[in-house]
Amino acid sequence: MTTDKLDATTPPRPRWTSRIDMPVATAFGCILVLLLIGSLYSPNFLSPEYLLQQLKVGAFLGVIATGMMLVILLGQIDLSVPWAVTLGAMMASAATAYGPMGEIFAIPFGVLCGVLMGLVNGIGVAYLRIPSMIITLAVNAVAQGLMVAYTGGFAPQDSASPAMRYLAAGSVLGVPNAVIVWAITGVVAVFLLGRTTFGRAIYGIGNKEAAAYLSGIPTQRVVMIAFALCGGLAAFGGVLLAGYAGKAAQSMGDAYLLPAIAAVVLGGTSILGGRGNYLGTIAGVILITLLQSILSVMQIAEFGRQIIYGAVIIVMLLLYGREKSGR
Amino acid sequence: MLLALAIFIIMFALYLANHPAGFTPNVVQTAANKGVLLALVAMAQTFVVLTAGIDLSVGMIFILANCLASYLLVGTPVTVALGVGGVLLTGLACGALNGLLVIYGRLQPIVITIATGAVFFGIALWIRPYPGSADGFSAELADALTGKVFGVFPASLLFLIALVLLVWLPFRRSVIGRAVYAVGSSEPAAYMSGVPVMRAKFVAYVLSGLFAAMGGLFMTFFTYSGEASLANGNTYTLSSIAAVVLGGVSLFGGRGSAVGAIFGALAFRAIGDLLFVFDFDPLWQPLFQGVVLLLAVSLGSARLFQVRNRLDLFT
Repeated sequence: MTTDKLDATTPPRPRWTSRIDMPVATAFGCILVLLLIGSLYSPNFLSPEYLLQQLKVGAFLGVIATGMMLVILLGQIDLSVPWAVTLGAMMASAATAYGPMGEIFAIPFGVLCGVLMGLVNGIGVAYLRIPSMIITLAVNAVAQGLMVAYTGGFAPQDSASPAMRYLAAGSVLGVPNAVIVWAITGVVAVFLLGRTTFGRAIYGIGNKEAAAYLSGIPTQRVVMIAFALCGGLAAFGGVLLAGYAGKAAQSMGDAYLLPAIAAVVLGGTSILGGRGNYLGTIAGVILITLLQSILSVMQIAEFGRQIIYGAVIIVMLLLYGREKSGR
Repeated sequence: MLLALAIFIIMFALYLANHPAGFTPNVVQTAANKGVLLALVAMAQTFVVLTAGIDLSVGMIFILANCLASYLLVGTPVTVALGVGGVLLTGLACGALNGLLVIYGRLQPIVITIATGAVFFGIALWIRPYPGSADGFSAELADALTGKVFGVFPASLLFLIALVLLVWLPFRRSVIGRAVYAVGSSEPAAYMSGVPVMRAKFVAYVLSGLFAAMGGLFMTFFTYSGEASLANGNTYTLSSIAAVVLGGVSLFGGRGSAVGAIFGALAFRAIGDLLFVFDFDPLWQPLFQGVVLLLAVSLGSARLFQVRNRLDLFT
């Protein structure tokens, strides 16, 4: 089953990834440094079990960051991820209350809710031309309001279905299922971005939307679909998280906004859109996961983690996330 | 801005008409105090938005100032004054950090302010792990600024008006103020015409930090305590953007004013309070405010109907 993982890290290479770009190399370099620091702290750090465990924890972020990457490649941003994650988790859990049929449809239902939420974002950005930052913040607020009113008013079922638990916490031949899910997501993303017209359109729009439009790309539809995918993937991440924790909880998605954006940007994807590849996002996700893990292994209090975490991200962005100078 | 003013007047009139106590100085005082809190944060957001940036750390600077003030406002008037100075300086420093990272780090404001927001929140959590206030918290200044002048007029509102007259209007007329607008309209054009682009951006971020800290200070005046609440910080960041949008400040930069943002903030607050007087379940309040926000930002899309050439959509 490790072949799936390999496929995700070594995609069928189109020419634009044939030379290693600097940000991705730097990101992998930072991973090595983190591993080194970790191994100085505890010898268990480099054991296969521990590393596999890290990949499993990182898989949730990996799925969420995949969606975020699609949107960032467009030169947009999705700030509705926190409540898309929570929405997916809660809706999938709530569906399990409706008997066996509910359990079967729990995962698709959770993801569908995320897709719908993403669709609202997408329509706002693509057709109403509202800045993505704003519409996604607003949709985030609405989703939060809906969930607060829903959970407060009706107290739904909040435990995950067996299928969700299996998908998130089970393992096949020693490889955690969550890692396999992330690998499959990654392979699909690499294929989508590198080998389909949809993927080329995303890069085109990220570079210059007007030019993409003039070359016959249905830019508005592509943008809308990308946002819908992002919402769906965030919700799927939430479904997995609910399966991992065994239940859905409010504000469980709050911890994923900065990591998702940071993972994508640290992976060398330009925040202005149009540049970046999935290999970088994988590096970014592992980087963030290791960082969080080291901070918790060192038993630093919550406030210290927030400070160090923010500071490290700023420093790494300064290292290689900068825009070109020159006006 | 006129829209925000109209919404505010209608909502506030509705609010007063349905409030059990009616139009009394006490009701106005409470409403003003809550409104001023958001208005200050909205003003903070305005400065940055005018440069076509965005500051997602205003809520966290607000929380940091709130926590810091709950320790520093103790003892004699002199030490309290020093405390106020310290809080404001901290806000300035936070804004300066954002500004430096955006200008010299050449990083996108949206990403960098999320990251600095995490740092600011971490510091707030460090100095105030549990909600509360220091022994000997001096309430005189707090009472003076949240009370009523001559028993009628809310002092906090006077403070806000003073800020507009003493800070915003001179800023608006100064070279640096005009530079902020110019940078927001078109940074390359501003640069080419010799506008001090970097200084304008820096001043905008610093003032943003300062006003957010003033908001946090008022929060302490209001509650006598500090609390490092992540949810509160996020709410204030979100509400500040909503207020700015409602108040007619263009998110693309270069258009709008802090006065508009103030009315936007007051209107947003009045909308939230309406639910309260109509006796809705408080659980519905976040949803209601979210929907209002969504409608407010969708209003901006009215521009679409003026587009003649589809290519104009992309510029």
